[in-house]
Amino acid sequence: MKAHVYVTLKRTVLDPQGQTIQNALRKMQYQGVKDVRQGKYFVLELDGSLDAAAAKAEVERIAKDVLTNPVIEEFTYKLEEGA
Amino acid sequence: MKFGVLVFPGSNCDHDTYNVISEIAKQPVTMLWHDSPNLENCDAILVPGGFAYGDYLRTGAIARFSPVMQSVKKFAADGGVVLGICNGFQILTEAGLLPGALMRNAGLKYICRQVYLRTETTNTPFTGTLKKGEVLKIPIGHMDGNYVCDAETLAALERDDRIVFRYSTAQGEISPEANPNGSLGNIAGILNEGRNVLGMMPHPDRSSESLLGSADGYRIFASMVLALQQNESRSPAVQEVAAR
Amino acid sequence: MKSESLPAAPQAATVTSELLAQHSITPSEYERIVAALGRTPSLTELGIYSVMWSEHCSYKSSRVHLKRLPTKSDRVVQGPGENAGIIDAGDGWACAFKIESHNHPSYIEPFQGAATGVGGILRDIFTMGARPLAVMDSLRFGPLTESKSTPREVIHKNHSIVEGVVHGIAAYGNCFGVPNLGGETRFEECYSGNPLVNAFALGLVRRDEIFYAKATGIGNPVIYVGAKTGRDGIHGATMASEEFKEGSEQKRPNVQVGDPFMEKLLLEACIEAMKTGAIVGIQDMGAAGLTSSSCEMGARGGVGLEMNLDHIPQRETGMTAYEMMLSESQERMLLVADKGREQEVLDVFAKWGLDATIVGTVIAEPRLRILHHGEIEADIPNTSLTDEAPLYHRPVGEWKAPVPAEPTKSALDKLGYEDQSSTRNHTDDLRTLLASANICSKRWVHEQYDSMVQTNTVQGPGAEGGVMRIKGTKRGLSMALDGNGRWCYLDPKLGASHAVAEAARKVACTGATPVAATNCLNFGNPEKPEIMAQLSNAIDGISEACIALGTPVTGGNVSLYNETRGEGIYPTPVLGIVGIIEDVAKTVPAAFQKAGDSVLLIAPAKLPTIEDRLREFGSSEYAKTILGELWGTPPSLDLSAEAALQKCLAEFADAGLLHSARDISDGGIAVTLAEGSFENGIGVSAHLQEGPDLPIAWQLFSETATQVIVTCDAAAVEKIRAIVSKHNSLLVQNIGETVKDRFRIQVNGKTVIDESVHGLQHVWAGALEAKLYDEVLA
Repeated sequence: MKAHVYVTLKRTVLDPQGQTIQNALRKMQYQGVKDVRQGKYFVLELDGSLDAAAAKAEVERIAKDVLTNPVIEEFTYKLEEGA
Repeated sequence: MKFGVLVFPGSNCDHDTYNVISEIAKQPVTMLWHDSPNLENCDAILVPGGFAYGDYLRTGAIARFSPVMQSVKKFAADGGVVLGICNGFQILTEAGLLPGALMRNAGLKYICRQVYLRTETTNTPFTGTLKKGEVLKIPIGHMDGNYVCDAETLAALERDDRIVFRYSTAQGEISPEANPNGSLGNIAGILNEGRNVLGMMPHPDRSSESLLGSADGYRIFASMVLALQQNESRSPAVQEVAAR
Repeated sequence: MKSESLPAAPQAATVTSELLAQHSITPSEYERIVAALGRTPSLTELGIYSVMWSEHCSYKSSRVHLKRLPTKSDRVVQGPGENAGIIDAGDGWACAFKIESHNHPSYIEPFQGAATGVGGILRDIFTMGARPLAVMDSLRFGPLTESKSTPREVIHKNHSIVEGVVHGIAAYGNCFGVPNLGGETRFEECYSGNPLVNAFALGLVRRDEIFYAKATGIGNPVIYVGAKTGRDGIHGATMASEEFKEGSEQKRPNVQVGDPFMEKLLLEACIEAMKTGAIVGIQDMGAAGLTSSSCEMGARGGVGLEMNLDHIPQRETGMTAYEMMLSESQERMLLVADKGREQEVLDVFAKWGLDATIVGTVIAEPRLRILHHGEIEADIPNTSLTDEAPLYHRPVGEWKAPVPAEPTKSALDKLGYEDQSSTRNHTDDLRTLLASANICSKRWVHEQYDSMVQTNTVQGPGAEGGVMRIKGTKRGLSMALDGNGRWCYLDPKLGASHAVAEAARKVACTGATPVAATNCLNFGNPEKPEIMAQLSNAIDGISEACIALGTPVTGGNVSLYNETRGEGIYPTPVLGIVGIIEDVAKTVPAAFQKAGDSVLLIAPAKLPTIEDRLREFGSSEYAKTILGELWGTPPSLDLSAEAALQKCLAEFADAGLLHSARDISDGGIAVTLAEGSFENGIGVSAHLQEGPDLPIAWQLFSETATQVIVTCDAAAVEKIRAIVSKHNSLLVQNIGETVKDRFRIQVNGKTVIDESVHGLQHVWAGALEAKLYDEVLA
């Protein structure tokens, strides 16, 4: 099983990198992009010893305690069965 | 009195900080490896700058899980004096010893240059020999020094007089132009609630000798030595905690 | 490892002309390989030969010429041929230093190319047991602003190269924890497709604790340490030895990626392991990684190395012997330990969390023997890869720059040469020069570098030379980089001498005595006789200047084939000079310190004739930027006057006479005075006296060599005159005094520039950012 964890800055926190990319896109004449948020992407390869519920709990704990700084960041994740 | 300098894999101002204490302050000092089980009876802990664990994941994010940091948390909770410089400040916020976080600089680039800091409070073990409003010339060298926290935390910091340094002009004026990294309220250094833990982005270790461009940073170490001497004559409790 | 039970020879490859071409091996080189082995090579062996015989590793086109460089002095502890040169720095300290190019990788992937360039040069220093004390870089890029000859797409690409290279250097050095003292950054059209990234590093080691890249002791274990081996940069060394063609960008997947955190751990672990006394020899795995480190260490020790690749830590699965031997994965070292004490070494690396594995043994036969999956994959006489690699006496033709020898009429008209009543606005000219890419402030570059870590930086970026103290002593080391491709294009020999003279002059301005040099020779395709002429002449120029100034060359690097689609770079030798200051507290700053100081010009007593100066003016920044023309020759250079000037500077500093010292270079005396004014807002009121028949622009902006501006107390002027008067070749002129906030120059009694320091500083300080701002994507 694989877990895909996406970490981005919270909506309430300024994301200067995202803004810079958005400004650049605008300058490069890419139309129709309203906002850019950038972040990090992690792939955790689980060893198969956990069942789906345990894996979910484990991944959530890792994401919350290690992969994000809750002061400025938030995360989403998805589990990929059988991968 | 003994100082301890934490060493994480990737710390790179550990020798610089050690050198100030041993060669300029002429005080006993030891290096504490990241997996040390205790703090070897140190009376003050210095968390040096650098790139602990390469700053991979986030600055300070991996270092906070080191065994030595568990001892530091306990030490701080018992009133022990802790100074985090640059990456050390980042580690202390990640570890929850100080509120807020250090984000990517507003200009998105690493900045190394001399800046000016205005001393906002002298009611700390780190600024006892300074005067309120005194301006210090101390360099910065960081990519992630943009201090942020929520409004409540900021209000508490202001109310409790826990903002120790703000970026200012040479004349002590707090202005957007004097803010090198976008920090909220030009904040350069803050205290914990107990006033015994200071985190600051600028490097007093790099400004402790006039040969290197400024000796203003040394005033912070000198204040610590003085505070510890006064403390030593009062109570040995902190040493006992460290020994445990 | 028992080699007796193995088949006698590796399996022969099916050698076709395509296979040889893919490996850049010529038919005659292939004949030599067969002769050296006495049989047909295996594919792995062919790969090994191709990298070791590449220009990058073998110096096959330049070696015969490099022999003409001076390499010895009382100070030199280690000359060329090791990982880095070493000089005696006094008080039991030695100083290891070197400059190296990473040009081609930086074009293909600017961030990683530049970062791994820094990583490579740092490993060269710390494999010798020296802790890196400082780095600097010499950078060359294409223009940042659009023009007729440089279209928008090229400008866009140049911007991204500048951003990527600077960011890469910063990211690597900052994380590693070595201060970057700046260096130099220049822009010319010829570098658009061929940026130059030359990284310099310097480290300190106790004289009796130096390590060498030499394998000794039959039966000693060979240990691999550091990062795991992947398929990174396979054939990087051969890529660095070819011209760029369409499609070179396609080599991208093989670009090496640097890990400065790993390198920092490797540094600490290596220094700690060296202290155990159990390490016999050590070399970093640079170009051609495992191959070069193993055969070179064996060749230096007159022994062989047998390695079993089954034991190599691998990042990817299914790697072949060919891939492992050619991999350029970064942050790896090969070392030989004392038999029986290997555990002490392994323990140190374990403490730092690094892979360290015994992968082979030192053997008596002087061969490189590679085993993998129970087969012999390569078995090669070491010296056929190193000392006996091909050596070419390539045809040396003639080089004459395709530019006019004399100024054109349009240039003379713009200068007001005929018509002295010309109304050129010299303040505007000065502003234009101060904002030009080559002269403007490089703060945007060097503020991204940590210049202060290690707390030894006495003088950081932006000054004449960088100055570091040596902790525990009174001493300091001063260092500077210099190179002027445009001058070398006009006259490779004279231009190269200037690179030595100017780098040494910058070092001397800080109060140091220049003692040694390192060089990075960046040229085009050596198969062209005119390029070989540039190379050969430049080496002669370096050699002459280094002899005259007492700075032997202790090492360096040659980078050839800097051509894209047949367009070559200006011949660009870059010189690094290291000097010693006995008392670092006497370091002389480059900026004016206070108002009311005397401003002195120290210059050669014998000035060139008017005709010569007219020719020389064509090589100046003024001619390039304001007139848009290029003609003539670089300034003439009298090396004995230069040596005298540098002696005087050391004497002034030692006697504590100076408040500042600055050499006159790009943009001439007007720009030098302006740059001296900016840091402290202290300007000048200067009066220049010259022949009335010279255009004023000439007097303000000509780049006559061997000239410095010093400032001092009025009381020190006579002492300075007395020191200079010992040298007939030099003269002192008191040209004015420093004043607060104002910048004023009179020529022959007429005020030609009058501005506030702040006003001039403004255009100088923000120009680079302004040029980059529009297009930069962070």
